[in-house]
Amino acid sequence: MGRQSTLLLVAPAVLAIGVFMLIPMFIALAYSFMTADPYGGVQAPLTFDAYIQFLYQRDFDDSLVFASDYILIIVRSIYLAVATTAICLVLGLPVAWYIVCQDAERRRLLLFFITLPFWINTLIRTYCWILILRDEGLANKLLRALGVVADPLPLLYNDGSILLGLVYTFLPFMVLPIYSTLERIDPRLIEAAYDLYASRVAVFRRVIWPLAKPGALAGATLVFAPALGSFLAPDLLGGGKKLLIGSLIQMQFTSSRNWPFGAALSIAITAVILLVMVLRSWRAPQREARA
Amino acid sequence: MSRPFDWRHTPGFGPLTVAILVFLYAPLLVLVVYAFNASRMVTIWQGFSLQWFVAIAQNGDIRGAAENSLIIAVCATIAATLIALAGALALERGTLTFGRSLVHGMVAMPLVVPEIVVAITTLVFFSALGMHHGLLNLIIAHTVFCIPFALLPIQARLKDMGGMLEEAGRDLYASEWKLFRRITLPLLMPAIGAGAIMAFVISLDDFLISMMVSSAGSTTLPVYVYGMMRLGVTPEVNAISTVLLAISVVFVASALLLGRKRRAN
Repeated sequence: MGRQSTLLLVAPAVLAIGVFMLIPMFIALAYSFMTADPYGGVQAPLTFDAYIQFLYQRDFDDSLVFASDYILIIVRSIYLAVATTAICLVLGLPVAWYIVCQDAERRRLLLFFITLPFWINTLIRTYCWILILRDEGLANKLLRALGVVADPLPLLYNDGSILLGLVYTFLPFMVLPIYSTLERIDPRLIEAAYDLYASRVAVFRRVIWPLAKPGALAGATLVFAPALGSFLAPDLLGGGKKLLIGSLIQMQFTSSRNWPFGAALSIAITAVILLVMVLRSWRAPQREARA
Repeated sequence: MSRPFDWRHTPGFGPLTVAILVFLYAPLLVLVVYAFNASRMVTIWQGFSLQWFVAIAQNGDIRGAAENSLIIAVCATIAATLIALAGALALERGTLTFGRSLVHGMVAMPLVVPEIVVAITTLVFFSALGMHHGLLNLIIAHTVFCIPFALLPIQARLKDMGGMLEEAGRDLYASEWKLFRRITLPLLMPAIGAGAIMAFVISLDDFLISMMVSSAGSTTLPVYVYGMMRLGVTPEVNAISTVLLAISVVFVASALLLGRKRRAN
């Protein structure tokens, strides 16, 4: 294939994503330095107000006062995203190892059932938990029927239910990349380790984990990034009362009508995710060099 | 009772995997069971009934939203699959040198950037340009985030195929177009089908981006269903959710079957 036809073929994809995804990012970056239009949208003059708003609030006399509201939302979002990633890793690693140890037919079947939820509407998957966790939901009904509790437990609308929803949504993202690295491990390495009287723990620590690490890192990125910006789990299972960044951004473009602040928050989480990815690719070659 | 030592068998991992699968599927099962419950009180079982499915089929708003979703998904799927096919051919068979990783990075963007960021940047973009075309805006937005999902299976298939058959055709003086029509395209067809189905499902299921970009007349089905959910748990929500769930499962299972056919060939 000639150079010209290659460029011709690749042009639509590059143009579509460049024009409708990359350029909008830069427009959002520009918007984050503008002043909010109370009717939605932005207006002159240029200002850093949107970023100052992360930490400060303007008082009546126009002086800046430290306000922790937004920074707390950001910290809480990062904490929940990190917790989601950690739980997914702890659950995903043994599951991936179990699948790798099965024969080909069962492996395919198990992978199918782990992959399928990825393609099912997140809105619906999240809604299912409302059916289970709400006051008149399945869990409370069972608990009351068993006589464990007299009054319904408040299972919904707290950090726990948000975390549950996030793990439920993103667990497949962790299992699959770990599986694909574990699958490539040469079984002779593991046999050799056991032949040398290594314990299970030692084999895991010295053989499996070092080889699984790239997959675990890929999975961690795939879970962390969407969990940080998630909207549905906090909105439906958190009740929208305790905000996370995702719902805070969405609000700026709907009820609060503060587009510059919403744009600044989007730029901030994109920056955090880019940073995580850069750190990952920066550490990966080092590891290879050591091996 | 003692078995010979087998490192492939770790005690506890089997039950854990079963527990995880139950965790993944039990909530969906709960939804489906409730959707067929005759009672208006969702949690009290009063017998099997299809009445809620009939009710949503007769709801004009739901039908309108479903129509919008279908139009958007079909248009976005066709556009994204064509763009992805061309892009995959260029990436696997073309002569990109230093631009390759750049193209790869750009194509991966819709997968890495959080949905909420894509949603608001798209909204900002359309409003900066003053574009208020309802469905067309949504079709454009959907096409963009569907491209990687259509591209991945096609690119994987091209990589698997290798260039041997095309080389053979070239040795027999077939033109590039004829090579594509007679060799590459027929062999790629299952992967193109799988990619198109994945794009279709992703478009049909999208909620967040659609919610931010859609305007009054262009509500999609998930956006409408979200509105219903916010008002509370009702049998109608359960029924429409079950329908959306069934559509995803049927389409994805058929896409994965196409993938298996690929291996058999």
